[in-house]
Amino acid sequence: SEDQEEIQEAVRTCSRLFGALLERGELFVGQLPSEEMVMTGSRGAARKYKVWMRHRYHSCGNRLGELLGHPSFQVKELALSALMKFVQLEGAHPLEKSKWEGNYLFPRELFKLVVGGLLSPEEDQSLLLSQFREYLDYDDTRYHTMQAAVEAVARVTGQHPEVPPAFWNNTFTLLSAVSLPRQEPTVSSFYVKRTELWDTWKVAHLKEHRKAFQTMWLSFLKHKLPLSLYKKVLLITHDAILPQLAQPTLMIDFLTRACDLGGALSLLALNGLFILIHKHNLEYPDFYRKLYGLLDPSVFHVKYRARFFHLADLFLSSSHLPAYLVAAFAKRLARLALTAPPEALLMVLPFICNLLRRHPACRVLVHRPHGPELDADPYDPGEKDPAQSRALESSLWELQALQRHYHPEVSKAASVINQALSVPEVSIAPLLELTAYEIFERDLKKKGSEPVPLEFIPAQGLLGRPGELCAQHFTLS
Amino acid sequence: MGKAKKVGARRKTSGAPAGARGGPAKANSNPFEVKVNRQKFQILGRKTRHDVGLPGVSRARALRKRTQTLLKEYKERDKSNVFRDKRFGEYNSSMSPEEKMMKRFALEQQRHHEKKSIYNLNEDEELTHYGQSLADIEKHNDIVDSDSDAEDRGALSAELTAAHFGGGGGLLHEKTQQEDEEQGKAKSRKELIEELIAKSKQEKRERQAQREDALELTEKLDQDWKEIQTLLSHKTPKSENRDKKEKPKAERLRRMLGKDEDENVKKPKHISADDLNDGFVLDKDDRRLLSYKDGKMNVEEDGQEEQSKEASDPESNEEEGDSSGREDTEESDSPDSHSDLESNVESEEENEKPAKEQRQTPGRGPTSGKGRAGKAAGDELPYTFAAPESYEELRSLLLGRSMEEQLLVVERIQKCNHPSLAEGNKAKLEKLFGFLLEYVGDLATDDPPDLRVIDKLVVHLYNLCQMFPESASDAVKFVLRDAMHEMEEMIETKGRATLPGLDVLIYLKITRLLFPTSDFWHPVVTPALVCLSQLLTKCPVLSLQDVVKGLFVCCLFLEYVALSQRFIPELINFLLGILYIATPNKASQGSTLVHPFRALGKNSELLVVSDREDVATWQQSSLSLRWASGLRAPTSTEANHIRLSCLAVGLALLKHCVPMYGSLPSFHAIMGPLRALLTDHLADCSHPQELQELCQSTLTEMESQKQLCRPLTCEKSKPVPLKLFTPRLVKVLEFGRKQGSSKEEQERKRLIHKHKREFKGAVREIRKDNQFLARMQLSEIMERDAERKRKVKQLFNSLATQEGEWKALKRKKFKK
Repeated sequence: SEDQEEIQEAVRTCSRLFGALLERGELFVGQLPSEEMVMTGSRGAARKYKVWMRHRYHSCGNRLGELLGHPSFQVKELALSALMKFVQLEGAHPLEKSKWEGNYLFPRELFKLVVGGLLSPEEDQSLLLSQFREYLDYDDTRYHTMQAAVEAVARVTGQHPEVPPAFWNNTFTLLSAVSLPRQEPTVSSFYVKRTELWDTWKVAHLKEHRKAFQTMWLSFLKHKLPLSLYKKVLLITHDAILPQLAQPTLMIDFLTRACDLGGALSLLALNGLFILIHKHNLEYPDFYRKLYGLLDPSVFHVKYRARFFHLADLFLSSSHLPAYLVAAFAKRLARLALTAPPEALLMVLPFICNLLRRHPACRVLVHRPHGPELDADPYDPGEKDPAQSRALESSLWELQALQRHYHPEVSKAASVINQALSVPEVSIAPLLELTAYEIFERDLKKKGSEPVPLEFIPAQGLLGRPGELCAQHFTLS
Repeated sequence: MGKAKKVGARRKTSGAPAGARGGPAKANSNPFEVKVNRQKFQILGRKTRHDVGLPGVSRARALRKRTQTLLKEYKERDKSNVFRDKRFGEYNSSMSPEEKMMKRFALEQQRHHEKKSIYNLNEDEELTHYGQSLADIEKHNDIVDSDSDAEDRGALSAELTAAHFGGGGGLLHEKTQQEDEEQGKAKSRKELIEELIAKSKQEKRERQAQREDALELTEKLDQDWKEIQTLLSHKTPKSENRDKKEKPKAERLRRMLGKDEDENVKKPKHISADDLNDGFVLDKDDRRLLSYKDGKMNVEEDGQEEQSKEASDPESNEEEGDSSGREDTEESDSPDSHSDLESNVESEEENEKPAKEQRQTPGRGPTSGKGRAGKAAGDELPYTFAAPESYEELRSLLLGRSMEEQLLVVERIQKCNHPSLAEGNKAKLEKLFGFLLEYVGDLATDDPPDLRVIDKLVVHLYNLCQMFPESASDAVKFVLRDAMHEMEEMIETKGRATLPGLDVLIYLKITRLLFPTSDFWHPVVTPALVCLSQLLTKCPVLSLQDVVKGLFVCCLFLEYVALSQRFIPELINFLLGILYIATPNKASQGSTLVHPFRALGKNSELLVVSDREDVATWQQSSLSLRWASGLRAPTSTEANHIRLSCLAVGLALLKHCVPMYGSLPSFHAIMGPLRALLTDHLADCSHPQELQELCQSTLTEMESQKQLCRPLTCEKSKPVPLKLFTPRLVKVLEFGRKQGSSKEEQERKRLIHKHKREFKGAVREIRKDNQFLARMQLSEIMERDAERKRKVKQLFNSLATQEGEWKALKRKKFKK
């Protein structure tokens, strides 16, 4: 029927009816025979009733699964809660016979239906998924969700040659909602009430959960995702996904793929790679080369500038990096600084100085007492490989040029290299988020001790005296 | 007599024997007078001061002192009248008797003079000799002019008076011997004096005549000068203005280097010889004086000074190396004759104005007519205006009037509310600055913008700013903050901003005009620079109008750093972007662009002109600011011409940058992308000849810049000195005292000790005083008693003799 109210009432009724039946055990247990066979057969009426009821229950479940795609959210919500109620009751009163003592029984088919409904390829289910999130606190539902998700992804990608982005979004929402406990929980919390727990059950072990988690993510990430999703995944990679994988190094495929995409994505991928290298002994020789490649003039103008430099600081924090590499980075950054706005300069100049402080071998960049005078800068800005860039033979003339920057603070920051660098590093954390507006406000609030100096050449008109640039190139009329 | 005085006296008396111990004690070595204070222990290093004393001598001295002071006071205790010697310098031993005499005479004369000569104009001071009036002795006919003043008298008194008063006291020492000889003969001396006086009179008259001549001459010169001055409004001698200009220039240079800032921070307000050197404080005071310190005189000076400054501007142009010529200066005045009228806003000499105008106007028919019309309009306006209290008030005053009227209104508001006229005027004019600024913004946002009025109002803004630097800078800051805030909000909501309207650009330009933009740090200019940088980095160029605005911002930016020659990365980026959007995408692929520009997209070929015909018909012209505010559907040819003009301006600015940044150590790294683009750009020769020439010359200039690649070196830092363990020195103030405490504590203890000793001494003195007084009183009483006794005895004696006589008489009677 079309009326929402009616559907809701019907769902409620079904839920109550089958709930009561399940509790009373009035549904057929075991391998379900086909309906006609039982009907035509000569078994008892009770059995016939049970089988018939089981069939009705089955079709009701299917119908509810369809309702998960209903346009009205109330209906969806109601259907979801009804289905989950069925899952709970069916888990408690299994519809199949346990084959041995302590056999773990879970209404997998029903649950698959739920997950399949949630991961709809047609529409955005994020609201419903946030409702579903509360069930993910339970160990068993979580475990089975992960398994069901793998199957759902495989099914959908198999069916559609071009997977709609809504499906990926739904999947990602569901997947990112799954979070494993950090430690082995002492008491497992199950959604389906269990009278006794068996150690042999896979659901009870964190290790198994991790495995499932890993298969889930890998099966998801092996597909070609839309770009926006890459970003979302990468954003949670380092703190939500990587630590909970059984074998984090398996993520390398995904990360290298993301790394080649360029821009912010590569940076985020580099962050993931860095964790793998740092924590999990991954060998990835091109890492710094890729990072070096990311440095281009736009890096000072993009939105993720703060994150970029935070990470770059992190990547370059090791004091065991070769000097040529650090020199290449310092020189590259200095080159880029020639096109940077003041707010970025105020951050990147201390950054470069920190690099020099960390690596005394690189101090030749600012202090080369008896070096030969050169005709041109030996540094090759076009070179992709930091090792080949000949940065160590160069000097940071860019900083010297920036000493003549129009903003006094930048000029001061660049003048630091005139003296021998002091030992303690300057923390760039407070400078990362600096915006031009903040600088502006700060400059406005700063009070000079003396009275405001004034222009002594009297004004003649708006464009100034005839010799000046504005008057040369602009007219009022 | 006070205690303090006593104490002082005692100190003298106690000090004296100690000092005199060496001398007098030995002189009358009466062994009975010497008292030796025996020391129990000999202590090394201690100076003993009181081992020998002369109690008798000191007691006698103390007694003498008391009789001279205390006793005297005691005796005069009930008397209220005092004898006071008021002869000048009578008790001053440092003056020689001659000096005393001179001074006394001078005083005498003064008193004399004050009393009489106010009304008695004809009379000179009466000269006397030996107490007789000289007037009696001689008769001179010449009349002494009354206005011979103090200066002359001083000269007289130095030579003559002393001579005349030779008999008064100290005899003339300068006078020669012969005169001393002549003193005996009264007649010859009289002649001499006569001669002297005659000579002095003569001299006086001559001087008077000279002075009058000089005065006349200067007056004449002044008049001449005034006439010439108006004629040669911008041809005043350079030398006169030179030092006036030099100083602010030196100041500016100092601020530009930004050295003082650090120094000031390091040693705040340490007045020392340094201050004298830079003379900065002086200048600051100058400025204040200039504008509003006092009444009319000051104001007038101000006006004149401005005039002269203005007059010397062309020269300053040349000095600064700008390429302006004489003809430019002519232009600057020519648009209308009002420009100098306004520069005189401050001057109170209203009546001079028309004259000046008349002098200037001949030969410029239409402009002078216009000026007259303005004047006529001005006559209809009321002469006084109350200072507006709110912006709306000012707006209502100005709106709907012609440009001349508006200017007159503003000028009159300023004049009527000059701070020298009333108390609250300063605040009013300070507000006026803010309102005017707002008004300028309004004019700029109007459609079409009224730029000519703004052009003139700027001068008023400048004048007001000179008067009230603080409030003006606050107002400008407020305006800038508003603009930035708006932009920031837009960035936050939309992620990008659009170039703001013409008003913000004009505010920034006004900032440039009002404040020295070359300073290393300046409370207004530095934020304005940040604002400019934001305009160039955050606002994408979406239309031709944006290009014009952006180029104007670039111009402004370059003007800001014209003197300080500072490096602006944003500007280079922007120019690169401009060149980029002027090349077809195919040609320019591969060059690196930064933020506000995109390598691809619908705006990436904004300045490309494909129409050959338009290219051919284009003529180089300056851009109009009106285009920045609203470019209303120009024809495609016009648009193409504007495009080419924009490109020309961009290239010109680039060319301007090349020599400016040529000295930067990484010049080629900075200009690299631009250079690559220019070579590309040249390749597709579709641009007019002039542009290609411009490109070519820029390129050659770029290539001609030598690159200096000297490896960097740090300055040598001072070696850190080794830590030295110097012994701790403690000053020993008094032996036998506790040391260990801090210096202040020791000083305190010492003072307490001293106070105690002094107190005891004072008490002892007072006690002795009392004893002395008691002794005196006792002796008085004794004396009185003795006297009484004597008198009683005398009485008794006389009575007894009377009685005896009487009895003897009686006995005689009985016997008879």
